Amino acid sequence: MIPAKFDYYRADSADEAISLLGEHGEDAKLLAGGHSLLPLMKLRLATPSALIDVGRLSDLSYVRDAGDHIAIGALTRHRDLQVSPVLATHVPVLAHVAGLVGDPQVRHRGTIGGSLAHGDPASDLPAVVLALGGTLVARGPGGERQIDAGSFFRGFLETALAPDELLVEIRVPKCEAGWSYQKFNRRAQDWAIVGAVATRYAGGTGVALVNMGPTPVRAAAVESALASGAGAAQAAEAAAEGTEPTDDLNASPEYRRHLARTLVRRALEEAGL
Amino acid sequence: MKVSVEINGRAVSHDVEPRTLLVHYIRDHAGLTGTNIGCDTTSCGACTVLLDGESVKSCTLLAAQADGRRVTTIEGLAPETGDWHPMQEAFRQHHALQCGYCTPGMVMAAVSLLDEIPDPTEAQVREGLEGNLCRCTGYHNIVKAVLAAASAAKAGSAGGRR
Repeated sequence: MIPAKFDYYRADSADEAISLLGEHGEDAKLLAGGHSLLPLMKLRLATPSALIDVGRLSDLSYVRDAGDHIAIGALTRHRDLQVSPVLATHVPVLAHVAGLVGDPQVRHRGTIGGSLAHGDPASDLPAVVLALGGTLVARGPGGERQIDAGSFFRGFLETALAPDELLVEIRVPKCEAGWSYQKFNRRAQDWAIVGAVATRYAGGTGVALVNMGPTPVRAAAVESALASGAGAAQAAEAAAEGTEPTDDLNASPEYRRHLARTLVRRALEEAGL
Repeated sequence: MKVSVEINGRAVSHDVEPRTLLVHYIRDHAGLTGTNIGCDTTSCGACTVLLDGESVKSCTLLAAQADGRRVTTIEGLAPETGDWHPMQEAFRQHHALQCGYCTPGMVMAAVSLLDEIPDPTEAQVREGLEGNLCRCTGYHNIVKAVLAAASAAKAGSAGGRR
């Protein structure tokens, strides 16, 4: 299988990528690691007229301790997150989950920015950034703006990024207190049928779900139950509230709701919530 | 567009369409057919090669993404023609192949795995090869071979001359 024809441009800087996006309009797509986009293009589910390759912008690949938060360059690969000493100390949940994305070959190519900008509700990292209450930094022709992770995911494969914006940085709070990620799937390298993440960090408790609707979602009912003093088992009963799980070959909506409750309970217990 | 890649130490340069996948560039343009195409959907790992020393699935990269970089395929593992790489020798010793279709990708993934984890546990080997499927289900001997290659490297064995 080969993708439909497209024009290929290699950006040598973030600004060049943004100006190429402006030039080629809504039919252009950014190419980072390509491990979400190229499979869709090979199946002709995506047929962009132009690809703007940002995969070599090495200045957007970093993990930095920025004092009150950790700053991650959008082009940091899953493998680099997995072995980052900064994340191991300050946000181990992110390093751990990055190591569960796909398989080693995928992790050598895929990037955190690509995963977030793709906006797949079945992906692991978006839910983690959501649970942590992260901030996404987008750069466009007019400069940079910050987008709260809670308002970033708008619909299935749809985000708050404008067509001429490039995601440049992801900021997450330090989360050393307690965390857990529960991924349920049938084969090692698969996407989660359902996943649950629980985190404790300064000033917050975050619980989020993978593959329980068109976007990654925060388990708001679980969070408020915890805030009003419920224990893990009791709070987890509310895990499926407000979700719209899909029906597919792997699981019915009813089974996904069951998984959400079970996985959230396990995640809360493991995170010590 | 012109795409230049160093494949197995040899400079290769071809004029290709931007949509050319790396695996097709390797097989059809560079003429190296040791890299197999299996599922063609980033699942099976048959097309695994090393890009700048790290395992990647060449069905899910554009050749353009490898432009100016270093690719190693199964043909380029052994230092000289007629030699075996220690991983190839371990696969032979432990009968780590049946039909052989997954083998080139499996060997490349295993080489990359030991580069990252030189002394893995059995569980680490099994997890480290999760991106490679063997439809003969010959995993047991594959894992044995990778562990043996790791032990051989640890013991400082030169490994494999035929």
